[in-house]
Amino acid sequence: MDQKKTTLDLFNNVDLATELRLGLPGTDNQPEIIKSSLSGNKRTSSEMGSSTCTDENESRFSPPTKEQVVGWPPVRSYRKNILQVKKTESEMGSGMYVKVSMDGAPYLRKLDLKMYQSYEELMKGLQVMFKCIIGLYFEREGYNGSQHVPTYEDKDGDWMLVGDVPWEMFISSCKRLRIMKSCEARGLGDC
Amino acid sequence: MDLNQKRTRTVDRVDSVDPDLVSPESTPMCPFPDEVLEPVLSLINSHKDRSSVSLVCKDWYNAERWSRRHVFIGNCYSVSPEIVVGRFPKIRSVTLKGKPRFSDFNLVPEDWGADVYPWLSVLAKAYPFLEELRLKRMAVSDESLEFLAMNFPEFKALSLLSCDGFSTDGLKAIATHCRNLAELDIQENGIDDLGGDWLSCFPETLTTLQVLNFASLNSEVSFSDLEKLVTRCKSLRVLKVNRTINLDQLQKLLLRAPQLTELGTGTFTQDLVTRPVADLEATFGSCKNLLTISGLWDTNSLYLPVIYPACASLTFLNLSCAALRSFELAMLLIHCKSLRRLWVLDTVGDMGLEAVGSWCPLLEELRVFPADPFEQENVAGVTESGFVAVSRGCPKLHYVLYFCHQMTNAAVATVVQNCPGFTHFRLCIMNLGQPDYVTNEPMDEAFGAVVRTCPNLQRLAVSGLLTDLTFEYIGKYAKNLEILSVAFAGSSDLGLKYVLGGCPRLRKLEIRDCPFGNAALLSGLTKYESMRSLWMSACNLTMNGCRVLAKEMPRLNVEVMKDEDSEDSQAHKVYIYRTVAGPRRDAPPFVLTL
Repeated sequence: MDQKKTTLDLFNNVDLATELRLGLPGTDNQPEIIKSSLSGNKRTSSEMGSSTCTDENESRFSPPTKEQVVGWPPVRSYRKNILQVKKTESEMGSGMYVKVSMDGAPYLRKLDLKMYQSYEELMKGLQVMFKCIIGLYFEREGYNGSQHVPTYEDKDGDWMLVGDVPWEMFISSCKRLRIMKSCEARGLGDC
Repeated sequence: MDLNQKRTRTVDRVDSVDPDLVSPESTPMCPFPDEVLEPVLSLINSHKDRSSVSLVCKDWYNAERWSRRHVFIGNCYSVSPEIVVGRFPKIRSVTLKGKPRFSDFNLVPEDWGADVYPWLSVLAKAYPFLEELRLKRMAVSDESLEFLAMNFPEFKALSLLSCDGFSTDGLKAIATHCRNLAELDIQENGIDDLGGDWLSCFPETLTTLQVLNFASLNSEVSFSDLEKLVTRCKSLRVLKVNRTINLDQLQKLLLRAPQLTELGTGTFTQDLVTRPVADLEATFGSCKNLLTISGLWDTNSLYLPVIYPACASLTFLNLSCAALRSFELAMLLIHCKSLRRLWVLDTVGDMGLEAVGSWCPLLEELRVFPADPFEQENVAGVTESGFVAVSRGCPKLHYVLYFCHQMTNAAVATVVQNCPGFTHFRLCIMNLGQPDYVTNEPMDEAFGAVVRTCPNLQRLAVSGLLTDLTFEYIGKYAKNLEILSVAFAGSSDLGLKYVLGGCPRLRKLEIRDCPFGNAALLSGLTKYESMRSLWMSACNLTMNGCRVLAKEMPRLNVEVMKDEDSEDSQAHKVYIYRTVAGPRRDAPPFVLTL
C-alpha cells in the first residue's frame, strides 16, 4: 500500500551541496537542500524571502506538492470520494451547448446543459423554449400521455429517451436533443 | 484473618451468597463484605475508574474482576487474550483496538496484524455468552465473522469501525445466525462489497434490532426486505442507510419507524420529481425523537428544507457528505437551535461558519472537512475568519477539527480566548510548512495560546510551520494532554524532548516527518511505560537508537517497520508500546521487534 514516495524520497536524486541562498521571492524556484549532520536525513529549506532564516543549522521544509506525500492531508480515504461526481461536472469546462430540435419547428435552438441541475429543470427549460408540454417521466411508460417526447443522441450515435440514466451520466453523454412528437416516438419508451 | 483465605473464598463463590462463608469481621483494609462491594462496583462502568478500583487492595481487585462485564483493550498487543480471560471471568462485552491511528492514512502496510481471530477463539471458550464486540482498526476476515456468528449464541451487538479484511459475505453470516442481534454498526471499513443480499439474510423472526448502520456500503440492498425488517423491529432507534436508498424509499422507512433517534439518509436529491416533497417534509415532522441526522448525499437547496421540521430538537447534524454552500447551511441552521455537534464540508465557507456562530449558541463540537483535500489551485474552503466567527457565537465549543489552507496566530489566540474550555483541538493547515500568512512567522504562538489558555486540553493536533518553541509550550503548559499528533514540524531533537519532559498525562504520541532523532527518543525512556503507544515515522531514528531503547525497557515492544526504499540503518517507521504479552508472535516479515 505504501507505494507513493514520501517527502524524503523526493529529494533522493538531488545534489546535496550545502548552499543557503537568500533570494527575493520568485527569483528561483529551486528548493534548497541542506546537508544535515545525520546521514540519510534529507531536508530542504524553503526560500523565506526576506525572513530571518539565516541559521545554517536550522532545517526547513520546502513544502512538496500534496499529491506526492503519502497520507497528507490526513483525510480518510472514504471521504476523498464523496465529491467525485461534483468534481467531474465542474471539470467539463464552461458551458455545454447542445443543439435542440423540435419536430415541426423551422429552426433549431441551442441550450447550455450546465445551466440545469436536474431533469426537472431541463424539462422546464425545454417547455419554456418551445412552448410545449412534455409532462412527467415514468420509468416504465416513458412520457406517456404527453404530445412531446424528449430524446437525445448519445456518444454512440444512438437515440435515447431522456430520463433513464442518472443526470450526471446524461449530460456527459448527450450530444444533441430532439423533441419528438409522441406519435413518432412509439417504440422508444416501450420495454 | 488470613487475606489468602478470604481471597480463596471469593474465588470459589459463584453468584449467590452463602451466609456461612461470609465473614462477620473483615480486614482493616477492607471493611466492606463482598456482597456489599460487588453490587456497588457493578455500578462503575468507566474502565479507568475500574482500573483505579482494582489497585486499592487485593479484595477490591478480586471484587472488581468478578463484577466487570465490559473490558476495553486500547491496544490489542498490549495484552494477550489468555491473560484477559484469566483475570476477568464474567465478561459480556469486549472493545478491541488494533492498528496505530496513522493506518487510516495509509502509513501502515497491509498485513501488519491486529487480526481478531486469535482473540475470538479464546473468547469463545471463556465467554460463550459474550454479547457485544466493538472493534476499531482490527483485521477482520469473513472466517472471523462466521466464527463469531456460530460460536456466541447470545451475541447481540457488533460494531466495526475502520476495520478491514472482510466482505459482505461475513455480514451474511452475522445476519443469518445471530438470532438476538440488536446492533449492527458497520462504519468506514475496508470492506469488499460483493452485493447487498446480506440484508436479506436477517430471518423473519428477528425483531430485536435497535441499531442498523450500513451507510458506508455501496451495494443496493433489497428495499422490500429492508422495509419489512424496519417494520418488525419496533425498538429500532438508529437507522443509517446507504446512498442507494432514494427519497421515496426513505419516506417509506420513516413512516414505518417514526421512533428513530438517529437517522442516516440515503441520496437526498432526485432527478425527476414523481411526488411532491411536501410529503417527506411532513414525515420528518412526525419523527419526534430525532436527535441525529447524517447522510444527506448530494443534497441541495431544493431538498434540504424537507428536514426543517425535525431540526429544532436535533443535537447532532452530520453534513460531511453534503457539499452545501454558505446560504444553504445558513437557512438550515436557523432551525437548529439545539445543535451541540456539527460536521460540515468546507464548501460552506467562512460565511457558512458565521451562520454557525449566529444560530447555534449551544454548539460544543465542530468538524470542518475539506471537500477537495488535494486541490492546490483555486482553493476556496474556510479560513481563520470562519474559525473566529464560530468561537464568538459558540462559547461552549470544546471540540474542534478544522481543515483549512491558511491560519494566523492571532486568530487562534482569539478563538481560544473566546472558548477556553477546549478539550480537543485539532487544526490541520493543509499546506505543509505554512506559516502565519499575515506575519509570515511560524505558527508557534497559536499553539502556545492553545495550551496556555485551555487547561482541560486532552487532545491536540498541530500543523503549519512550527519550530521547537511550539513543543516547549506544549511540554510546559499542557498538563492534561493525553493525545498529541505532530506532522512536518519542529526544528531539532529539543522539540520532542520538551514534550517527553512535560505532559505528565501523555498516553498517545504520533509523529511523522519531523527532525527528531535518537537522543530525543531516548530522553523519554521512563515515560513510555506510562503511555499506550508512540508512533514515529520518517523521522531521524536509527536502528541502533531503537535497539538501545528496546534493551533498556524490556516491557516495551519496540517495533520497526522496514520498507524497501529506506537504508538499512534507518528506522523508517517505529511503533513502540507497553505490553505484558511480550513480543508479537504474529509479526509479518517486515516488522522487526527489537
